[in-house]
Amino acid sequence: MSHGDAHHAAHAEAPAAAHESGQQHPLGVYFKIWGLLFVLSIASYLVDYFHVQGMLRWTLILVFMFLKAGLIVAVFMHMMWERLALVYAIVVPPLLLVTLIAIGALEALYTHDTRGVFFGPTQAAPAPVRH
Amino acid sequence: MAPHEAVGTASGLPTPEGMQSIVADIGSDQRAFKNVPWGKPMMWIFLVSDTFIFGSFLISYMTVRMSTTVPWPNPSVVFSLEMFGENVPLLLIAIMTFVLISSSGTMALAVNYGYRRDRRTTFWLLIATAALGATFVGMQAFEWTKLIQEGVRPWGNPWGAAQFGSSFFMITGFHGTHVTIGVIFLVIVAVKVWRGDLDKQRPGFLTGRRGNYEIVETMGLYWHFVDLVWVFIFAFFYLW
Repeated sequence: MSHGDAHHAAHAEAPAAAHESGQQHPLGVYFKIWGLLFVLSIASYLVDYFHVQGMLRWTLILVFMFLKAGLIVAVFMHMMWERLALVYAIVVPPLLLVTLIAIGALEALYTHDTRGVFFGPTQAAPAPVRH
Repeated sequence: MAPHEAVGTASGLPTPEGMQSIVADIGSDQRAFKNVPWGKPMMWIFLVSDTFIFGSFLISYMTVRMSTTVPWPNPSVVFSLEMFGENVPLLLIAIMTFVLISSSGTMALAVNYGYRRDRRTTFWLLIATAALGATFVGMQAFEWTKLIQEGVRPWGNPWGAAQFGSSFFMITGFHGTHVTIGVIFLVIVAVKVWRGDLDKQRPGFLTGRRGNYEIVETMGLYWHFVDLVWVFIFAFFYLW
């Protein structure tokens, strides 16, 4: 413990230097991103409000979602100012979820078809509707 | 004879750029994540694990929604609110989204003012963040009450696929829990800021390490993550 205390004492002498490494950016950046997040949220709400359907709906939802997520991570969570080693260590592993999405989708399609075969009407079964 | 003397050893080697910097950082002695306080990578690693938790929830939701042969209830109708005699789709959810984004903004400002050592402003911004977070949880409680009264259960609902209820309660429940924990966490940090614990470098109750304004940023990472998860829930559960 005494070693730890000595370590702290050494640090306590230069607290100002230690704090200069903190993320310090002009306030305007935050206000701009804040406003942009509001605009993007309104846009994604309007997609629902005006009943946009089909491929256009899904594309717009995903585009607005990824833009919002990107802005939050990059600016509010300071990722764009971090060293690359930290950025890659944090941002790359979640990409594994793509594999899980693919497995989930395959399994879901199979389950859906199986339900159509076993629980569907016995005569002249129409092709199951895919959602 | 010229002396074999190494010159300019006071500083390290010049730091490489780009991909080489990653290799240099990871391969370096003692610490891989340079220029960040230790708490930050710790929080980030926790958030990555939390990403997988929410990722698994949303992917299971996708799986049950794709595999059901019964039509999925239309969230635009289910979550509509009666306002001025008109049915506005997703109104409450939209307000909740704006409340959470506003709280993210005040949190980002709190981190900034923390590093400026502006104790009073940081405190009030943290309290504003906590208040907005509590508002969000309150609205979610209202939404749950409304849906339960309308007959939504984890095993069924009046409008369609039974999996709607289980997905809804599981995903929003876990998110609401995260927001609640965040609000408690925010109040604790706000009290520390107000008392001047961070200026006096007083150690926290679980650690012997000296307090400093980096904990406000670590707190901020957690709070922004809660907002980030809501972005995905909003898109996939409410809008899809």
